[in-house]
Amino acid sequence: MATSLPLPGQAHRVRPVTPASALARRMLTLLIVHGVLIAGAMFILLPFVWMVVTSIKSPPEIFAVDFSLWPKHFNGVENYGNALGKVPLLRFALNGVIVCGVILVVQVLVAVPCAYALAKLRFPGRTTMFALVLLGLCIPIQVPALPLYMGLARLGLLNTYFAIMMPFFLSVFAIFLFRQFFRSYPDEIIHAARLDGMSEFEIVWRIVVPSAWPAIAAFSVFSLVAHWNDLYWPLIVISDTHLATPPLGMMFFADAESGSNYGALTAAATVLTAPLVIAFLIARRRFIQGITMTGIK
Amino acid sequence: MTAAAAVATSATLPPRNRQQLIERLAGCGFAFPAFALLLLIDIIPLAVLLYLSFTDYQLGALDTHFLGLDNFAKALADPVFRRSITNTFVYVAIVLPLAVGLGLLIAVLLHGRKRTRSFYEVVYFLPVTSTLIAMATVWQFLLHPSLGPINGMLRTVGVHEIAFLSEPAYVLPTLAAIGIWHLVGFNMVLFLAGLSAIPRDLYEAAEIDGCRGGIDRFLTITWPLLGPTTMFVIVTTSITAFKVFDTVAVMTRGGPMGSSEVLLYAIYLEGYQYFHMGYAAALTLVFLVFVLLFSILQTFVLDRRVHY
Repeated sequence: MATSLPLPGQAHRVRPVTPASALARRMLTLLIVHGVLIAGAMFILLPFVWMVVTSIKSPPEIFAVDFSLWPKHFNGVENYGNALGKVPLLRFALNGVIVCGVILVVQVLVAVPCAYALAKLRFPGRTTMFALVLLGLCIPIQVPALPLYMGLARLGLLNTYFAIMMPFFLSVFAIFLFRQFFRSYPDEIIHAARLDGMSEFEIVWRIVVPSAWPAIAAFSVFSLVAHWNDLYWPLIVISDTHLATPPLGMMFFADAESGSNYGALTAAATVLTAPLVIAFLIARRRFIQGITMTGIK
Repeated sequence: MTAAAAVATSATLPPRNRQQLIERLAGCGFAFPAFALLLLIDIIPLAVLLYLSFTDYQLGALDTHFLGLDNFAKALADPVFRRSITNTFVYVAIVLPLAVGLGLLIAVLLHGRKRTRSFYEVVYFLPVTSTLIAMATVWQFLLHPSLGPINGMLRTVGVHEIAFLSEPAYVLPTLAAIGIWHLVGFNMVLFLAGLSAIPRDLYEAAEIDGCRGGIDRFLTITWPLLGPTTMFVIVTTSITAFKVFDTVAVMTRGGPMGSSEVLLYAIYLEGYQYFHMGYAAALTLVFLVFVLLFSILQTFVLDRRVHY
């Protein structure tokens, strides 16, 4: 038994191994590790590669019995033109941008003051409010969907942007997340700001929020990805093609084509998947952080 | 009006009380928009849902009757509902071990890599960010019996082609495979975070104590210390898998012959296609009970994780 802590590297000298056998073992391990990782990566990438490749193939090549990965004849212009002409693809993407953007802004505007109040202010009903937030965390959209749908139908608000966005104006998750973040903000600074005559409103937006930037950025990624990709709710409240969000638009398109025009179908899939994937490739760290920190969701 | 009154009284109060008053007013004011939305979006709908579940309300129906627990009794006897519950749990049972196990395997293999780690990380995480509906249509093409490349490959190997999505026995495993494809990167990242929290000197200490080889090291240190992360991943994966809807709605619509009917899809059909609001409300409550059970488990696990 070692009585003193060994230096790093010393431990390796304990077992007698010849350099050659160690190297062979190491190479074998590397081979197995990368073999498994590459096999998995191929499974993951298969639909992406197939999507992009098919989107530039001509129909005879798509339906050819012998499979070739790279097209002999570039048919991309026709396929993408076809997809853009058949359904308002860019309109779907624009709808996605509008819906996600407004939802995010409202979520932050509502959640930040509430989270600050829960973290730093003593007011009647604080415990109740926090308990409600925790309860809200457990309720997925599919639960209030039915009464919300009936209410929107009665008000004649189905098939509007408002209907798509309304249930998501409040993110209890954002409140929960920001509250955690604000709690660690030093009280002394808030006190000093109060002595300087700043109102609570100014303290929130001019002092506390700038320091919470990482939490807000991570939440933004989470919110954008969730609402860009959400199908359930838009499927319920939207039947007008022009208001469709990207997943719903994709569904309309797939229904209309009923699987006959794979070139245009994959072109459409590429166009609607591209924005988030490109954003992910650019801001890799933020995305991984943002989506996974919300495992608590 | 209240604000003016507050200012008037605050002028005469000592500073400490004045600060208390400001905090009370600001706190209520700041929490109010969120509270109002919470009422409107969650609490009132929940109450309405509960009420609806005891009635036979249908959208556009002229009269509605109070049924008591009849909707729930009907659900218990309804073959479609029973099948959708069974299918949902079969789906979870396939996705859960594989999405968690593969996520862990990839994370452990990646943890030691230096130069290639970020490349693999991007690749495995890609499905998490992509639009599942769009990718589902691509999968549908990939799995097509005669046109899809997967069956094409099977034919070249000499295996008879498989109707992945139109053969009742294969539908759920196929959908589950796509679910795993979508989830594994998410779990991988959670496991990687758990792995990097394990102190390096523990491995060195274990090596001195005679712990050799990767598997030995994994069983004595990595696995026990990853316990809380693993529990957490298991619960989130269960909830996500339990909410399967998108792939079913796009690829199979519950078919063939109801073999891919799942809980959320059954609720969707009853509520928004057949407009059986009362019955759909009862099914939604069943769904909520399951989700709450998972969530309670999750809170419990999170608690453990914090104290670990």
